[in-house]
Amino acid sequence: MVQSLFFYIFATITCLAGLMVVTARNPVHSVLFLILAFFNAAGLFILLGAEFLAMLLVVVYVGAVAVLFLFVVMMLDINYSELREGFQKYMPLGLGVAALLLAEILLTLFSQAELRSTTTATSDTHNTLELGRVLYTDYIYLFQLAGLILLVAMIGAITLTLRKRPGVRRQVITTQNNRTREESVAVVQVKSGEGVGGNG
Amino acid sequence: MADITLAHYLSVAAILFVFGVFGIFINRKNVITILMSIELILLSVNINLVAFSAFNGDLSGQVFSLFILTVAAAEAAIGLAILVIFFRNRGSISVDDINVMKG
Repeated sequence: MVQSLFFYIFATITCLAGLMVVTARNPVHSVLFLILAFFNAAGLFILLGAEFLAMLLVVVYVGAVAVLFLFVVMMLDINYSELREGFQKYMPLGLGVAALLLAEILLTLFSQAELRSTTTATSDTHNTLELGRVLYTDYIYLFQLAGLILLVAMIGAITLTLRKRPGVRRQVITTQNNRTREESVAVVQVKSGEGVGGNG
Repeated sequence: MADITLAHYLSVAAILFVFGVFGIFINRKNVITILMSIELILLSVNINLVAFSAFNGDLSGQVFSLFILTVAAAEAAIGLAILVIFFRNRGSISVDDINVMKG
């Protein structure tokens, strides 16, 4: 009974936060609502017995992706009220399509009477241990491929955003090492009372 | 309150998916919100996979959910990088301005 209570709490907050993500006026608020939705979805995952994925959702989504969104939203200097011009115009169409889609999915869902749970998983080991056993044996190639995808994404993001700005002094190690004594040090005879002069 | 069945979890995922699609429809100009809507859609798909995996006692669904998480993280990073350089070049992120490659 406690479990169903928690399910309804998590499900309600997830759905409301999802709605607020798409309707909030301030993009910073929508990112924060996205974080709320992720946290409550992690709660749903825990209710389903998938603790590892719940932890991953909090660490990867909230810790990395949502914070990345937050950085980009705060970094770009944009007039967000300008971007909301079509909001009223597209609202009826969006509402119609959303209602139609939801009705279709839910009708399909509840017309399947035999969709009720077939076998509930009762394992005595941890979900993380079980997942690791499957992931590192049956899905090892896919796992390596996932790492490769992350590497390519990282290189892509860095090369896309890296730029050479004029007027910025950078350290170039090769030119530093190629300097000789002749071009960098000069011995000047200074007469007393005159100083070194302009080229000192 | 009745017992929580698979259909309950699938309903939550369906509602979240529809909110994601709705967000893409009403925020036609704001690329950041569209990317966040895509994240919502991927989250709903993850809920679907994990619910099926838990109720059928098969861990493959959770493994697939893990891979979706990976791809979603990569997609968000690349998408936001493209957004940043687009803003640097044009000074706006309105979808209407992204028409240079129009065929």
